Amino acid sequence: MSEVIRLENVWVKYGDIVVLEDINLSIYEYDFLGIIGPNGGGKTTLLKVILGLIKPTRGKVTVLGDTPEESRRYVGYVPQVTLFDREFPATVLDVVLMGRLGRKGILGRYGKEDLKVAYEALESVEMLELKDRRVGELSGGQLQRVLLARALVTDPKILLLDEPTASVDEPTKTNLYELLKKINNKVTIVLVSHDMGVISSYVEKIACLNRRLFYHGSPEMEGRAVEETYQCPIYLIAHGFPHRVLKKHKRGK
Amino acid sequence: MILWEALQYEFMRNALLAGILASIACGIVGALVVVRKMSMISGGISHAAFGGIGLGYLLGFDPLYGALAFTTASAVIMGFIRERMGISEDSAIGIIWVTGMSLGVILIGLSPGYAPDLFSYLFGSILAVPSSDLIVMAVLDAVILVIVYFLYEEFLAVSFDEDFAKASGVPTERVYLILLSLVALTVVILIRVVGVILVIAMLTVPAVTALQFSRRLNEIMLLSSILSIIFTVEGLWFSYIFNIPSGATIVLVSVVTFLLASALKKIF
Repeated sequence: MSEVIRLENVWVKYGDIVVLEDINLSIYEYDFLGIIGPNGGGKTTLLKVILGLIKPTRGKVTVLGDTPEESRRYVGYVPQVTLFDREFPATVLDVVLMGRLGRKGILGRYGKEDLKVAYEALESVEMLELKDRRVGELSGGQLQRVLLARALVTDPKILLLDEPTASVDEPTKTNLYELLKKINNKVTIVLVSHDMGVISSYVEKIACLNRRLFYHGSPEMEGRAVEETYQCPIYLIAHGFPHRVLKKHKRGK
Repeated sequence: MILWEALQYEFMRNALLAGILASIACGIVGALVVVRKMSMISGGISHAAFGGIGLGYLLGFDPLYGALAFTTASAVIMGFIRERMGISEDSAIGIIWVTGMSLGVILIGLSPGYAPDLFSYLFGSILAVPSSDLIVMAVLDAVILVIVYFLYEEFLAVSFDEDFAKASGVPTERVYLILLSLVALTVVILIRVVGVILVIAMLTVPAVTALQFSRRLNEIMLLSSILSIIFTVEGLWFSYIFNIPSGATIVLVSVVTFLLASALKKIF
């Protein structure tokens, strides 16, 4: 399988504050990678580095064999729902079409093809009926699916999701993961979250990020095994032991 | 009607025309300013215009052209500061704001004699708009309409989610710079109506009022242009009847209408 994302010794600093420290990561085609870690652990920053929105202070990032900037148009991005202005005057369809902007050229207009692709994407996330709804009137889960549709219309080879289940109830979470599972047949998925419970039953590989990237492997373990392997100070929300805090990392390998 | 009687005077007709031309610009660009949350940047750009007005006085050319040069330059500087960082956007706004004002005051101080109609640039003088300015305003309106027609989707996307727009290949820096330039043009159009100090009111109040009643950006643009025309005519009318300064009256009429509209929306 070919490597689609490669980070080598990547550091990101904001002033004197180290946000990402010496990250080494390889992601292969059709991987479904979950990255977990506490808030402020650098998860969003890592995604933005892969997108080329944040330049690493040190280190090298390769996406699809090229720089992040060059490969951007093959990468779909689903940012955190909580960041959006609920008063914003745009409909569901407006937002999904934004995914087609990069292709139409700065002076062009949306064409029939763009609309067709947008409708298909809305259909696949079961939001077509609400296409004329103002985005501010959607629930967290609905907005999440709209943002997923917006990323899908870019026809991505890689999909990056930032906390896709943060404001979503349990059944919707499961739906969302089932949908991602389907998309994963054709697309490499990288998902970051602080909510490991649901992640671990869907993703194929899991990594833990708290400024440093700690582990990278298969998630087939439960309970104490999770604690021992991940060694992450994260909030573990899973069946049976909600809101359990794991121990601090042991430094080193 | 008093308004028809008033319209027999050329200055009143010009005032009305200036009000309409200004409303087109401030409705469209104001909607973008409000949606993109850049009213303070607009405040900075409009106050920077005063430096250009001062330059016009000193060198003896139409201060409006000076204003155009200064607003455009400050828009470009704002855009670059944001991209190249160093200082925060908020501080940059403050610095540009006071630099423009101070330059204006000094340049006017250096100008020989006293400065006629200085007040009109500060607080507007819609009743004294010469026909030549109407042409400048109409041309700037046309430029704004063409740009917004072609870049509407980009403006919407960049305002909604700049990171995503950038990630999907939109040249967000250029789009933002163009948006700031639109604000610069609009400020120049509005100076005649409400003056540099109150420009920020016309860029925000009609659009915020419209935002209460609409869910689409293009509707908000249209509605806030219409609202702005209504506010301008109302304000003109009050200022004519009570013989009070027109610019400030227009602004207060807008604010009162906004408050009433918000209250009505809460009730129903």
